[in-house]
Amino acid sequence: MAREQGTSRTAQRVEELAQRAYPYGFVTAVESESMPPGLNEDIIRAISAKKREPQFMLDWRLRAYRHWITLERAAAEPRWANITYPPIDYQQIVYYSAPKRKAAASLDEVDPEILRTFERLGIPLEEQKRLTGVAVDAVFDSVSVGTTFKEKLAELGIIFCSFSEAVQEHPALVERYLGSVVPHTDNFFAALNSAVFSDGSFCYVPKGVRCPMELSTYFRINTAGAGQFERTLIVADEGSTVSYLEGCTAPMRDENQLHAAVVELIALEGAQIKYSTIQNWYAGDREGKGGIFNFVTKRGKCLGARSRISWTQVETGSAITWKYPSVILQGDDSVGEFYSVALTANHQQADTGTKMLHIGKRTRSTIVSKGISAGHGNNTYRGLVKVLPRATGARNYTQCDSMLLGSRCGAHTFPYIEVANSSSVVEHEASTRKISEDQLFYCRQRGLSGENAISMMVNGFCKEIFKNLPMEFAVEATRLLNVSLEGSVG
Amino acid sequence: MSDMLTIQGLWAGVPGKDILKGIDLEVRAGEVHAVMGPNGSGKSTLAQVLAGHPAFTVTRGAITYLGRDLLAMPPEERAREGLFLAFQYPVELPGVANAQFLKAAVNEIRAHRGLEELDAMEFLDLLKDKLALVDMDFGFMSRPVNEGFSGGEKKRNEILQMALLEPRLAILDETDSGLDIDALKVVAGGINQLRRPDNAIVLVTHYQRMLNYVTPDRVHVLAGGRIVRSGERDLAQTLEARGYDWLEADGAAPAEVSE
Repeated sequence: MAREQGTSRTAQRVEELAQRAYPYGFVTAVESESMPPGLNEDIIRAISAKKREPQFMLDWRLRAYRHWITLERAAAEPRWANITYPPIDYQQIVYYSAPKRKAAASLDEVDPEILRTFERLGIPLEEQKRLTGVAVDAVFDSVSVGTTFKEKLAELGIIFCSFSEAVQEHPALVERYLGSVVPHTDNFFAALNSAVFSDGSFCYVPKGVRCPMELSTYFRINTAGAGQFERTLIVADEGSTVSYLEGCTAPMRDENQLHAAVVELIALEGAQIKYSTIQNWYAGDREGKGGIFNFVTKRGKCLGARSRISWTQVETGSAITWKYPSVILQGDDSVGEFYSVALTANHQQADTGTKMLHIGKRTRSTIVSKGISAGHGNNTYRGLVKVLPRATGARNYTQCDSMLLGSRCGAHTFPYIEVANSSSVVEHEASTRKISEDQLFYCRQRGLSGENAISMMVNGFCKEIFKNLPMEFAVEATRLLNVSLEGSVG
Repeated sequence: MSDMLTIQGLWAGVPGKDILKGIDLEVRAGEVHAVMGPNGSGKSTLAQVLAGHPAFTVTRGAITYLGRDLLAMPPEERAREGLFLAFQYPVELPGVANAQFLKAAVNEIRAHRGLEELDAMEFLDLLKDKLALVDMDFGFMSRPVNEGFSGGEKKRNEILQMALLEPRLAILDETDSGLDIDALKVVAGGINQLRRPDNAIVLVTHYQRMLNYVTPDRVHVLAGGRIVRSGERDLAQTLEARGYDWLEADGAAPAEVSE
């Protein structure tokens, strides 16, 4: 009588990581108003007209479009990333889609279906159920459907509203800072976004004000065939402080959807911006069908001396992630930070990292990147630390850790380091680990299921990143990783 | 419960190689058994097979534990049913704090027994009691499991886990190896305090010195994957005096059948 002891090996257990539960994959039945697919100057004029934009915005969009079309004709879509995907047909994408009943003045006028959608996503917008201590701007397809706690923030002079509203109400601020960190010429996807972006969040924190609550934008793609191109602009004036969080989900669909966002952060003298992302776009199914193509440009500029910008990202979704939240350290003694957890399971691919550009004297940057690969997932860290000649006394510390679950996934690291003066110090550390069969067995011998054991070890691996998230979201991130690992072992 | 563990005609090994070649062993509640033998005799394999390590395959035989077919149970179920293995080489779990790991294990086993989970404060009280038992500092609890622990500290941590999980059947795989005499006394003291009429302990050891502190009811000698001698406490002393060579000289002799 032959009997196999224990049923399977580590590799087989974690292979089941592919079976990821995605609870956000529903579609909301809401009447929407979409423009026909395809992109040309008429579409851009129509978007701008629909939003009753001032002339400067239309001109800006058209400049971006004309630049983008040259890139498109030259087939200048970036190809250097360690990802593979079928060609994107930009004429098949719907560039503007909005729910018909849009919030005009207050949340009371928002389509109840949309309110229910956000509630299902754990983001209640209704007055009595609002998350305490968090102000939320909710973006549904191409438009913002509502912002909470706006009045309370306004008492402190803080502007927190949809981008469309900012263009109407605060055109001077928008005109001054829009494109000042990510110009429309920056890259292919930034050019596309600049031409067609339809909404997003805008935030301005005045001099010396510490924003008393977390600001948050929640992005939801709903309409099939639509791309999402939002733009976020955050300006922290001298000596101010703000912490900002974005979250995102999308329905499960068999076709890929394009998400090409731009985020610009500006920190003036002594200001601090903390920007956290929990990215959970639909990742595609077990075979790699469907999922969001996430091509995002995020960059902050430490414009003033002693300013600080900190990026924290937890990337668990999307079929493709192409994203490098970066910091331009222009002010002397400014500080840039990048903390990242990227999980790729199934057939997900992520090429993500950061750029730290040291311009000011004694500027400091810290990069901690944790990549977790499972299934057929492919995880790449790509980073640039560049220290210019006048950035004397600059300092960088980089740590890249990879964890591999199973034997068919990949982890890659491409660190670029360019230092142009002799008084700067740059450090780079990297490690790769696997969860061994013996570690798994040890945990199971203590009564833990294989699934709990893996999630405990993965969470332990990510702990130093999670501690940078605002408290409520650290819990959310832990939960999200556990959900992503659900069904991983039997 | 008279029968804690019954092993009948057990053959097991790794692909292409038999290591255990027909083990018969019976352990009853309240007993302490010592399994001794030279290096490579299969002692650790026996311990790992009992706990269900997936690297080993059972090719023949049966194991009954508390009246159930042990081989049909996955490792975590064996653990939840009270089978505990103190590892010879405890692994490190980077990033997982000892206290967090122990609390998760205690609560898994409590849940299985239909008991309420302990909250952080209740667990802390329990933990403090058990730490005293193995003379361990609370500072170890915030460190990752076994990471940077010395050999002796890892072994104490194993006994701490055993004390917390209160197993029915504890298998200690060379827990004495690499310990200095003071640590050995602490570990032995911990084991003795856990000795009860309703549980059983299997001590796997190369040397008999542990048995100076933990007195076994039965001693078995493993050689070439079989039990070649079983006896009382004095068998261990004979081994200490004469070494294992004399056994191998007449290794073909039939093993005394344990009752």
